[in-house]
Amino acid sequence: MASNILGILFDGLAYGSLLFLIGVGLSITMGLMNFINLAHGTFAMAGGYISASLSQKSGMPFLATLPVAFVGAGLFGLVAERLLFRRLYKAPHLDQVLFTFGFVLSSIAAAHYFFGAGQQMGVMPSFLQGQIRVYGIDLGRYRLLLIAFVGLITLALHLILSKTRFGAQVRAAVDNQDAAAGLGINVGLIFSLCFALGTGLAGLGGALGIEVLGLDPGFPLKYMVYFLLVVVVGGAGTIRGPLIAAMILGVFDVAGKYYVPQAGAFIIYVLMIVLLLAFPTGLGGKRA
Amino acid sequence: MIRRQFLLSATAALVIAFPAFAADTVKVGLVLPMSGPFSQYGQQMQNGIKLFMKEHGDVVAGKKIELIVKDDGGIAPDRARRAVQDLIVRDKVDVLVGFTFTASALAAAPLAKEADKAMIVLNATSSGITAANPYMIRIGQTLPQITEPAGRYAGAQGYKTIYTVVADITAGHDAEAAFTRGLKAAGGEVAGTLRVPAQNPDFAPFVQRIKDGKPDAVFTWLPPGEATINFIKEFNQRGLSAENIVMLGTGDLTDELTIEQTGEAGIGVVTTGHYSMAHKSPKNQAFIKAYLAEFPNHKWPNFMSVSAYDGMAALYRGLEKTGGNASGPALVEALKGEKFESPRGPIEIDAKTRDIVQTVYVRKVERVDGTLANVEFQEFPASRDSASQ
Amino acid sequence: MSPRSSAIERLASPRPRPVEVLAWLLPALAFFLVPDNLALGVSIMTYAVAVLALDLVLGYAGIVSLGHAAFFGVGAYTAGLLAVQGWKEPLTGMLLAGAVSLALGFLASFLVVRGKDLTRLMVTLGIGLVVYELANRLSSVTGGMDGLSGFEIGPIFGVFSFDLYGRTAWWYVYGVLILVFVLLRLVVSSPFGLSLRAIREGVSRMPALGASVDHRLRTAFTLSAGVTGIAGGLLAQTTQFVGIDSLSVGRSADFLVMLVLGGTGRLYGALIGTTVFMIAHDYLADMNPVYWEFWMGLLLMAVVLFARGGVVGAGRRLLQTVKTKFARAAP
Repeated sequence: MASNILGILFDGLAYGSLLFLIGVGLSITMGLMNFINLAHGTFAMAGGYISASLSQKSGMPFLATLPVAFVGAGLFGLVAERLLFRRLYKAPHLDQVLFTFGFVLSSIAAAHYFFGAGQQMGVMPSFLQGQIRVYGIDLGRYRLLLIAFVGLITLALHLILSKTRFGAQVRAAVDNQDAAAGLGINVGLIFSLCFALGTGLAGLGGALGIEVLGLDPGFPLKYMVYFLLVVVVGGAGTIRGPLIAAMILGVFDVAGKYYVPQAGAFIIYVLMIVLLLAFPTGLGGKRA
Repeated sequence: MIRRQFLLSATAALVIAFPAFAADTVKVGLVLPMSGPFSQYGQQMQNGIKLFMKEHGDVVAGKKIELIVKDDGGIAPDRARRAVQDLIVRDKVDVLVGFTFTASALAAAPLAKEADKAMIVLNATSSGITAANPYMIRIGQTLPQITEPAGRYAGAQGYKTIYTVVADITAGHDAEAAFTRGLKAAGGEVAGTLRVPAQNPDFAPFVQRIKDGKPDAVFTWLPPGEATINFIKEFNQRGLSAENIVMLGTGDLTDELTIEQTGEAGIGVVTTGHYSMAHKSPKNQAFIKAYLAEFPNHKWPNFMSVSAYDGMAALYRGLEKTGGNASGPALVEALKGEKFESPRGPIEIDAKTRDIVQTVYVRKVERVDGTLANVEFQEFPASRDSASQ
Repeated sequence: MSPRSSAIERLASPRPRPVEVLAWLLPALAFFLVPDNLALGVSIMTYAVAVLALDLVLGYAGIVSLGHAAFFGVGAYTAGLLAVQGWKEPLTGMLLAGAVSLALGFLASFLVVRGKDLTRLMVTLGIGLVVYELANRLSSVTGGMDGLSGFEIGPIFGVFSFDLYGRTAWWYVYGVLILVFVLLRLVVSSPFGLSLRAIREGVSRMPALGASVDHRLRTAFTLSAGVTGIAGGLLAQTTQFVGIDSLSVGRSADFLVMLVLGGTGRLYGALIGTTVFMIAHDYLADMNPVYWEFWMGLLLMAVVLFARGGVVGAGRRLLQTVKTKFARAAP
């Protein structure tokens, strides 16, 4: 029984990790930069297609495709930001909604055109398949990988944002653009790099998620609710908030579906409403 | 009131049907999901139709067949309905073909009925929908029709405990009921049922529940796509296949469109369905060869292509019988009880219900010559829509 | 009088200007000019009712709702279920649809007033998802994914039956749209409507003026839900079908996109946005059934880049530029 509960807890944390991985990039583009970015899924999808194409067509190992997916989606994000999104930073939020929604629609059709309408194939190496038994608990290897990546990304982001010069510049630019510019910080460049970081993380999440979420042209719309869920419940603009939110949502959703399967579909939505009402600025939100 | 309505529809029939006799063309309105999450189905169907017309020409009984394609975007009944209204009123089509989902077919039925248009339904699978329009013919499948044999098959295998896992939507409920019915008829009983949300990214908790219950077999119906792929993979990853728990399902579970993506994890899954690419018949082999030659980028023709191919075959047969009269009453009268050979095997249009009668095959996923295939090993001939009888 | 205050006065006036009356004759004209496109016209006007309602909460009260399909769908199911039970009279059916959605909107409004934009967006989204799932669960009543079908709607005023071509539906929906517009126009130009706008502009100052912010926002949300329910009722009655997609997030997003496309806070933006969106959708989907979404996406992006504030906003600015140019040219 105890091992049962621990097993469920592990699966919940792994699911939470997945939610975090696909959503954390949005916490940067939307939370930090205050840009309502519904196009997050498009960049996640781009990372997914990069990973799937590389492993299927040129036989690259799955793990080796991940950095490529990160860089590729980040570059795509950078180009899109320089050409399009930067024009909208000062636009009303609703204009950002309309624009990024249009971007999503176009990207769906474009993905359909280039990659076909079908589901892509995730190619998992054999050492990531199946489960290993630790103290009587069966742990999925792929799920362990997801959890490991969450640790890695959280640590890396924390270091980048709080310990580096770039991080200090980002925080300055986010807090007060004019003052930061006055201090000689190239705010435009900082924002571009931030956007590239956020979209790169989206691409990484998309690639890591293929195994469970699948990948087809409808991806950006299908999972839009989940991206937003993690970031808004967690509190936009932090890394800690979405992490806590993703883990709570993941554990409750998995445990709920296991113990009360009849309520399966409702758990995550009801939990979301309750958490939002209890913490209107998000779990990790400091800004009112 | 009834008389007035009768008069009205009679005059409407005259007005609308007349040009069909006069013109040299038969306009066919296709309502298919060409965009959105189910666009692959629309593509498959369009391919099937194109292939049939390439093989049999675009002239039948002296009439040229003209196609007009409308996108219904998936499960969007109000769009399907508006498409049908436009096709009838604006484009003046004679016949309606398509309808992937029950909701679309049912939303369009009253219009087609009022305008006396035949509807050739290629897929919409809920039980008994042909009752919604006296000129509706279903050529694809019905979910109970292909599901009940799974229950009968399971009952004959002597499994002690059987679970069902279905998506918590109408189709899932129908599949659960049909499987249970078939199982009972074969003397078995369902030990546990599980209904999962249709939008469900992670199957871990549900698969773990099954694992803890240790059944001998699990029957599954999920919406085809990432759900079926993910479920089979999770089943395999969690070691349920290794514990010899048999996975049963309907053809959707191991559909040709997802069989490759599911990969090795799918090997050994037993499903009941009406079409497999691996169906051994000269007709099917010719069909596949022609399909792959015509559409080299679509390597996996599935039941959607075949039902579209058969839908056109039915239309051509009907028009030949009526001498080119494409009005709903004439076409349907001509097609009642029609039997012909399809790539899936022998099929028949029931004279009374206008519903499809066909062989349902029990298949197992195996690797044949390097590719995954649904290999047929048992037949349930002349299966009908069991739920509506 | 400064141009700004005169603009506010004009906006706030419920009295129609002559040009508006002419504009409202356009749909009637379209009935005779494009008799083959009535189906599209009925759809546009039905959705326009819902988008107008959304403009009340978003454009005037400043609440971003991504859950309005819940009220739309509940209205549709109410009208559909009434007809299934034999209540075939359309006008009362439509009003009851609005009443049920109004009640649901009242309950939901307590959850919505908390938090800021994103929180509200997600809470309304959550409400929509829960209602969708409930309708899915109650498939024995709602028909679930297969939809609610097989009902008939009686003739309007006991005289005008719904027909294949959508002629009756056209006049019916046209009439309701005009009534809803007039109602909302009266609401937004009332002291209540003005106070909503004041809340949107600067919430913090309103309580100081002795106005209950939450109460007003809740009232606006409830009213909007009711009107959205009427739109749902119209959809059910004119199509004799209710699909569960009428409750979906996608439908909510469509409403939002149509409104922002036209321009918020103007009522006319809702009408123009709906018309442009639906016609573009139909035209593009007929032209390219597979990849039409690409062009639709481009259209939306282009509007944001080149026509800030939606179609109506851009039009107004254009008019303003032309006016100032003329003023300069003629000293």
